[in-house]
Amino acid sequence: MNKPGYFGQWGGAYIPEVLYETFRELREVYARAKADPAFWQEYLDLMGSYSCRPTPLTYAENLSRHFGGAQIFIKREDLNHTGAHKANNVMGQGLLVKRMGKTRVIAETGAGQHGVACATMAAKFGFACTIYMGEEDVHRQRPNVFWMEKLGATVVPVTTGSRTLKDAINEAFRDWVSNMDTTHYVMGTVCGPHPFPEMVAWFQSIIGQEARKQILAVHGRLPARVYACVGGGSNAMGIFQGFLADPSVELIGVEAGGKGLDTGQHAARLASADASPGVAQGYKTMFLQDADGQMRDTHSVAAGLDYIGVSPLLTDLWEKGRVRFAAATDQEVMTALDLTIKKEGIIPALESTHAFVQAFKEAGELNGDQAIVINQSGRGDKDIFTIAHAFDDPSWKEFIRKKGEEYAAR
Amino acid sequence: MQLAEQLREARRKKEILLMTHLVLGYPSFAVNREVIRQMVENGVDVIELQIPFSEPMADGPMIIKANQEAIAGGTKVADCLAFAAEMAAQYEIPFLFMTYYNILFKYGLEDFLRKAKEIGIKGCIIPDLPPEEGEEYLSLASEFALAPIQIFAPTSTEERMRTLAGHGAGFIYCVARRGVTGSKTDFNASFDAYLARCRRATSMPLAVGFGISSREDVQILTGKADIAVIGTATIRLVEEKGPEEVGPFIAGLR
Ligand SMILES: Cc1ncc(COP(=O)(O)O)c(C=O)c1O
Repeated sequence: MNKPGYFGQWGGAYIPEVLYETFRELREVYARAKADPAFWQEYLDLMGSYSCRPTPLTYAENLSRHFGGAQIFIKREDLNHTGAHKANNVMGQGLLVKRMGKTRVIAETGAGQHGVACATMAAKFGFACTIYMGEEDVHRQRPNVFWMEKLGATVVPVTTGSRTLKDAINEAFRDWVSNMDTTHYVMGTVCGPHPFPEMVAWFQSIIGQEARKQILAVHGRLPARVYACVGGGSNAMGIFQGFLADPSVELIGVEAGGKGLDTGQHAARLASADASPGVAQGYKTMFLQDADGQMRDTHSVAAGLDYIGVSPLLTDLWEKGRVRFAAATDQEVMTALDLTIKKEGIIPALESTHAFVQAFKEAGELNGDQAIVINQSGRGDKDIFTIAHAFDDPSWKEFIRKKGEEYAAR
Repeated sequence: MQLAEQLREARRKKEILLMTHLVLGYPSFAVNREVIRQMVENGVDVIELQIPFSEPMADGPMIIKANQEAIAGGTKVADCLAFAAEMAAQYEIPFLFMTYYNILFKYGLEDFLRKAKEIGIKGCIIPDLPPEEGEEYLSLASEFALAPIQIFAPTSTEERMRTLAGHGAGFIYCVARRGVTGSKTDFNASFDAYLARCRRATSMPLAVGFGISSREDVQILTGKADIAVIGTATIRLVEEKGPEEVGPFIAGLR
């Protein structure tokens, strides 16, 4: 089966007729950009001057010693401008929007990192910008909402369905079918209808290209294993692409185990037995759904992983046995976060911390001349409310209480 | 009788046909039953039964809410099939299924279409299944003599319309404007040009839907289209004034 937009049996473009022409144009502009070496150079220059690329590969000396096994390296996507790998995709699509001559961008966001990156790109390139965000996520990622609005974007809280990422995607599509003449939908991950999965993976491949060179330079050999968290799968596909052709490198995707795989309250599509093949949000993949095909409510402490589907590219690699999947629970994430902050002075996002959990479980199995790479997809600053709450931090609570009183008194 | 024939026959007697729509299980099957009775008694020519789906991407706020509440109220696909069987047995007019592809996919495409045929459904409208992804669906629909209704949009080129028409049967569903279901449509000169394009591309009957809610709207379409589609308007009416208002509303449309 080699239909365009398919990876094995997964993917496709299940789109309403009203978007047929829009997708034809997008496929064309993407194909032209991909065939044009000057485009990739323009992209590299932009990411170098605006977004701190190449991002460093940090040797985690203290954590390596702590676990007494593999040498642990961290790919620092948190040091991108706006604090996550999302910038890689967004700036790339921004360049395509300029080529298409459109003047407005829209996006869904879960953790708010993609929303902030998109609002930033819109500010820089002079586009109007609307971000759709599930109401539940608006509450749990409030700092990012503030920044999106400051950057000039309109943030629309989505109150339909489960009020999380999938519902934000539906709303973004509903906007797009009305405004496609002026507007590009900047899909934030390697999901949705073709060409999004392939195109977003292309922009994110910059992570893997750098990481491969960097690990060879510092370690002299390829890593034994590479870990990445998987929401839609864009940071994972980004780093995995650097090592896909090296069979000796084991690739591990870590999904949201939420309150535990046996509770049903999780977002583990490939690491649990709860998902089944389906078609929704424009593509075919493994979805967390019931026997009728209705999507289920998912749960994760990390808004960016709290999603029903997963990239068709990853489902294919999982089916072929090339990528192994694991899940990390909310609780394991808090413990690993605390350890990483204390040992390395690095604050990963809750999403990224899922990858750290699995790497920490396995580091001790390996020996000291083997290396592992953890993709730190983003920084944890956005999660300050959630993390402070989870640690039940007394002085933070006191601060919030005082601020509340101060505003109430006005 | 197949859908195309049935519609052609009805069209001989009327200047324009009416197709109405409802979401199964919303607010309940009992209300669905009463609404359909009133629709049929007041001359509706074809009815679209929407099987609720949790991600109704092409729908606006009113129908999203109906989908969500139907599912939250416990509506299952099996209940929808049983209800549709009852309606198709009771009334002469054609009934169609409208839903999103995952409902068919998860049920088993072949099983779903065979079942639809068995219970007397005449065709399906699946807005997220373009012919490029629907090869198996199209060939099974033809095997079971079900009409796979194709959709035209104002953004479709004439060449694209011809391709779509080549895969369709029964009639063509012409989406009146960009956007989702539920808001008003402006029937201006560019709409007329669009309908003219639709006409050139196919000899099948043309149904026009999205934003049609009044006698004036139906009048504007008379002579230009074959079928006027009333969607959100009756759902809103039932919600605001109760199912007993549906009969007089339908009777007043033509
Ligand atoms: C920091 C961070 N990591 C990971 C993700 C998950 O997305 P993906 O799996 O596409 O990388 C998000 C999404 O919001 C994020 O903000």
